[in-house]
Amino acid sequence: MSTATDPSGSRPALALELRDLRKSFGKTEIIRGASLAVHQGERVAIIGPNGAGKSTLFNLISGRIAPTSGDILLNGQHIKGKKPFEINRMGLSRSFQITNIFPNLSVFENLRCSVLWSMGYGYTFLKFLVDLDDANARARGLMEMIGLEKKRDVVALNLTYAEQRALEVGITIAGGANVVLLDEPTAGMSKSETTRFIALIKQVTEGKTLLTVEHDMGVVFGLADRIAVLVYGEVIAFDTPEAVRASARVQEAYLGSDVADAQAGDSGQGH
Amino acid sequence: MKQWNARIGSVWLWAGFAAVLLVVPQIFTSGLSVTMLSQMGIAIIACLSYNMLLGQGGMLSFGHAVYTGLGAFVSIHALNMYSGAGAAVPLPVSLVPLVGGVSGMAFAVIFGYVTTRKSGTTFAMITLGLAELVFAMSLMVPEFFGGEGGISGNRMAGPVVLGITFGPAQQVYYLIAVYTLVCMVLMYAFTQTPLGRLLNAVRDNPERVEFIGYNPQRVRYTAFIIAGFFAGVSGGLGALNFEIVNAEVVGAARSGGYLLFTFLGGATFFFGPIIGAILMVLAFVLLSEFTQAWLLYLGLVFMVMVMYAPGGIASLIMINLRVARYGKLRALLPSYGLLVLASLPPLLGLAALVEMVYHRQLNAATGSVVKFFGLGLDTGSIPTWLALGGALALGSWIFSLAQRHFVAHWDAAQEAIEHQTHTAGAAP
Repeated sequence: MSTATDPSGSRPALALELRDLRKSFGKTEIIRGASLAVHQGERVAIIGPNGAGKSTLFNLISGRIAPTSGDILLNGQHIKGKKPFEINRMGLSRSFQITNIFPNLSVFENLRCSVLWSMGYGYTFLKFLVDLDDANARARGLMEMIGLEKKRDVVALNLTYAEQRALEVGITIAGGANVVLLDEPTAGMSKSETTRFIALIKQVTEGKTLLTVEHDMGVVFGLADRIAVLVYGEVIAFDTPEAVRASARVQEAYLGSDVADAQAGDSGQGH
Repeated sequence: MKQWNARIGSVWLWAGFAAVLLVVPQIFTSGLSVTMLSQMGIAIIACLSYNMLLGQGGMLSFGHAVYTGLGAFVSIHALNMYSGAGAAVPLPVSLVPLVGGVSGMAFAVIFGYVTTRKSGTTFAMITLGLAELVFAMSLMVPEFFGGEGGISGNRMAGPVVLGITFGPAQQVYYLIAVYTLVCMVLMYAFTQTPLGRLLNAVRDNPERVEFIGYNPQRVRYTAFIIAGFFAGVSGGLGALNFEIVNAEVVGAARSGGYLLFTFLGGATFFFGPIIGAILMVLAFVLLSEFTQAWLLYLGLVFMVMVMYAPGGIASLIMINLRVARYGKLRALLPSYGLLVLASLPPLLGLAALVEMVYHRQLNAATGSVVKFFGLGLDTGSIPTWLALGGALALGSWIFSLAQRHFVAHWDAAQEAIEHQTHTAGAAP
């Protein structure tokens, strides 16, 4: 069925593939021929200077905006031009840089809404929510996983910022998508919150393919299997953290002192 | 277990409501009160269906009367064509409202396809345009809408079943009561289903809904069609109740009324629109008898509610219940009393001035004196105007003091409750 399996069989199948992806807003080309091949189960961090097009790239992949040209393949299937909910149903889910939850629903309702489609309930109004034992159990499980089980009935807008970020991740993984895009999940968090949150992300995305945009280099080098460096709408490097660190081109184009800082930070934290 | 307890609890609640519907016309037996009760039932269905859009779906519709109204027109035509003797397909009079429902739904399928593509302001504007369009049509197609005189029908046309002719107002009331109860239960049940909850999610954040696998347009559209059905039922009941339907029922004023009273009752709670619907009938039937300036008062009340209690009466009830549950209401009662007492002089002053203005504009021919709560106010006397203006100004100042006093106590109570919940862990 799927053509994603590498013919050689030596490498895992591709979860996500971008082929010469381009996006222009008016005359300005923001994404200029980005290509990327992410394997199943891989954790990829996308880094790059401000304005490099990281968020635009996520918006293109998740269907929020349509690319000008190029191809996007999710688990071997073309998804270019599909609507966000169609892409979501095909197994890709994303979070947002600016918290994007259902503010007037409780934590539990936020999560329950997010599991409904994947459990096959569709648009039904002929069943009661209380009777959906599997969906309720799944929502409860998610609530424990993101550490909000004590906030079950709290309306989402009354949560603390860190709790809202956790809920955002909970909503994102709720549907069981195998490709997860997290857009700056730790933005605006304190150092200690970030450390805890990264552990949470590692745990909840276990076995999934993860793409994340992240600014904190310590986080990036700790979390990612491979790093994609996006500069002016192009992927100029896509390799292991060590190789990216060593790459003269990356150093020159963008990283410079940031890498040095991160290395210092890494050795300091000793991981 | 917990689910069953909750379910039995709600069964009792509905049974209680059914008992109220059953008993009320035995207490208020006058012709006027039975008519009003019938209208309340009709309005309750209409406002609840409207709140499916406004409160639950975040869809600010300016054209809900299109669906109640067209439901009413189709119903009265169905009554005339099929409920009389000798009709090819006999339609029992008691099922005419279902014809209204199906037609309301059909129009919602057509119009909703256009309106629900967008949300927010765009949605509101399209509904407004559609409402104007339908109203303009109603004047252009007298064959269907009956022109100025409207279309009249005879609800006693059908065969008599078990002695029920639907002649007496009370028999119509009980028909309306049955529909009201069933529609309320169904609309409440809808809020407890996956689609009902997704509708709330779409209200909160339509964009996020797209990224959990749902098409927000389809959620809105489906809900719109369901709301159209209940609106049509309400229209069909109205047709039976009044036995006449004219273009007014699809008019902007009717749509505005649903919006205004659903909001007044409270869009954030399921039961809010029920309160709103009861108030709507009271205002339209009683207040309009009482004073010519009733629309002005209504507008002022609406403005005050939008500014100070955007959750409507239902939310006022709920926050006070919360205060009572934490045992803080008793301590607040003196502040409440003071607030009410202080509100009387400015309110009366304002009302007196309004009545005097209306009298001068509309009834000047009957003399310069207007009756106001037993007092004769002379609209020709400048000292009266000045005294009332002074009373209004001074009263407003005193009221603002009382208000400040109340807010301080209220905030203290809320703070104490917050403190209590944080130390106790969970709410009782």
